[in-house]
Amino acid sequence: MANDPRPNEWPLWEVFIRAKHGLSHRHAGSVHAPDGDIALRHARDTYTRRMEGVSIWVIRSSDIVASDPGAAGPTFEPAESKVYRHPTFYIVPDHIKHI
Amino acid sequence: MTANEAHFDYVLRLADDGLILSQRLGEWCGHAPALETDLSLTNIALDLIGQATLFLSYAGEMEGKGRDADKLAFHRDVTKYRNCLLVEQPNGDFGRTIARQFIFSTYQYALYQQLSSSTDRRLAEIAAKALKETTYHAELAAEWVVRLGDGTEESNRRLKDGFEWCWRFVEELFVTEPGDAALVSAGIAVDAAKLRPAFDAVLAATFAEATLPLPKFPRPVTGGRKGHHSEHLGHLLAEMQFLPRAYPDAVW
Repeated sequence: MANDPRPNEWPLWEVFIRAKHGLSHRHAGSVHAPDGDIALRHARDTYTRRMEGVSIWVIRSSDIVASDPGAAGPTFEPAESKVYRHPTFYIVPDHIKHI
Repeated sequence: MTANEAHFDYVLRLADDGLILSQRLGEWCGHAPALETDLSLTNIALDLIGQATLFLSYAGEMEGKGRDADKLAFHRDVTKYRNCLLVEQPNGDFGRTIARQFIFSTYQYALYQQLSSSTDRRLAEIAAKALKETTYHAELAAEWVVRLGDGTEESNRRLKDGFEWCWRFVEELFVTEPGDAALVSAGIAVDAAKLRPAFDAVLAATFAEATLPLPKFPRPVTGGRKGHHSEHLGHLLAEMQFLPRAYPDAVW
């Protein structure tokens, strides 16, 4: 990366942790690391010190493709007027969890 | 030396290795090359302090003179410390710290694997618990050896310099002390010499991956197990022991 303002810095990695009773990985924060294996170690040492997790994912921050905040209007607002997309008209049986 | 004294001395050695290395690693707190490595090193330090506390408590009970873990850690003078010379060596740069950690954790991993089946139930339990922590320390250190060794010209040079500093202290890890024979035959202590092949195998595999040549070990320096320490340990203890000695009633 020729335009990197800090060429000697390790790349940034986003850290996702699945908690003991959580169902999916959640974003926990980020770490710097030279590669994926060390990023996992750093994530473990930084974000799971208090038994927070049972699984860790890391991904290069630069590999995340994000939606454009400037295009929030066309991206999200069209959904606002479509309440019929919410499944509130169904009766969920008691024994079905995690919906 | 009575059998009880030899047993006490053995447990003290296990305790002091961890205690002194944890104090050294703690010196990196706020000074490591990156926030993440700062946490990695001090996490290892905390694991080692935990292990040392368990060993010291046991040693104190065995001695039966009313000394608890704190008393043994903070009110014992340098010649009474039984740690190996490797762990008291100054941190140097990150390369030397990683070299020292790799040597020590690789040794400690082999040690705890054997010690977890000691006939001394208490030692076996501590070792079994500590083995999980030490597995992580050894893996982390090996990963860094590979990255620094197979990294830039500078990281390779610094790591090599670090190992050069440490090699003379390796032999001591595998030396058997006079009081050990009875403990080993009773299945209490681990025969240190028998840990060497496992250590050498990890060293060879890691160095191959790190593109480092295998070392030529220099003439060994020993004495730590008998209380003959380098000048570094006194300074370390002065800092570590100052507060509880100056303020005996201080509480957390």
